[in-house]
Amino acid sequence: MKEVKKQGGLNAEIQSRIGHQLRAMYDDVVRQGVPDRFAELIRKLDGPEAAAAAQAASAGEQTAKTDGRD
Amino acid sequence: MPLTNQLRDDILASVPSLRAFAISLSGNGDRADDLVQETLLRAIANIDSFQPGSNLPAWLFTILRNLFRSDYRKRRREVEDAEGNYAKTLKTQPSQNAHLEFEEFRNALDKLPQDQREALILVGASGFSYEDAAAICGCAVGTIKSRVNRARSKLSALLYVDSAEDFGPDNTVRAVIGGNGG
Repeated sequence: MKEVKKQGGLNAEIQSRIGHQLRAMYDDVVRQGVPDRFAELIRKLDGPEAAAAAQAASAGEQTAKTDGRD
Repeated sequence: MPLTNQLRDDILASVPSLRAFAISLSGNGDRADDLVQETLLRAIANIDSFQPGSNLPAWLFTILRNLFRSDYRKRRREVEDAEGNYAKTLKTQPSQNAHLEFEEFRNALDKLPQDQREALILVGASGFSYEDAAAICGCAVGTIKSRVNRARSKLSALLYVDSAEDFGPDNTVRAVIGGNGG
């Protein structure tokens, strides 16, 4: 009886610690807000066509970046 | 629906949690921000397929999750090598002890199977309902529940079975935890 109680208590405590750590890790990033690059990106894009063009450009840029490295 | 200013604001408001999700999934800050950028571009390019009035964050998370998964297969090795990079994305460096504990948690999270990790993050950190998480992952609600449960018991086994010794060699307690974890 005593052991069952202990087991339940430990599990609950461990689960609450895990939940706490998970949220701490996550909320740390959430609190950083919106980096300028994303605010700018969303402001610049006018709609589906502009976004598709930007997506193509970004893909090209990434290739170029990789090629240029080293 | 067309890209209204309201929708633009709503998408922007989702960016902090999209980043947190991306970092939790990939463990790599730079990679995570690339994922978020791809997600935003793709979302705006496909905004016509967004149903007005439906759950915008869930829609955006679905895009990010699918991008990550298609990319993950290609990059698995690279992502694993990036262990520890996450700490660099933090604005405030945690104290030494908290930092160690944090690294330990991060490492344990990385050891979970992909399916379990994303389910745990969506439900336990992003605050989605089991139903929304199931929609995001494209699986049944029961599947999400069991993934979350398995993730939790695996994390407690990884994090707290070994460290039970740190609290004093209480064999009964160790046996009880060990029995549950296995």
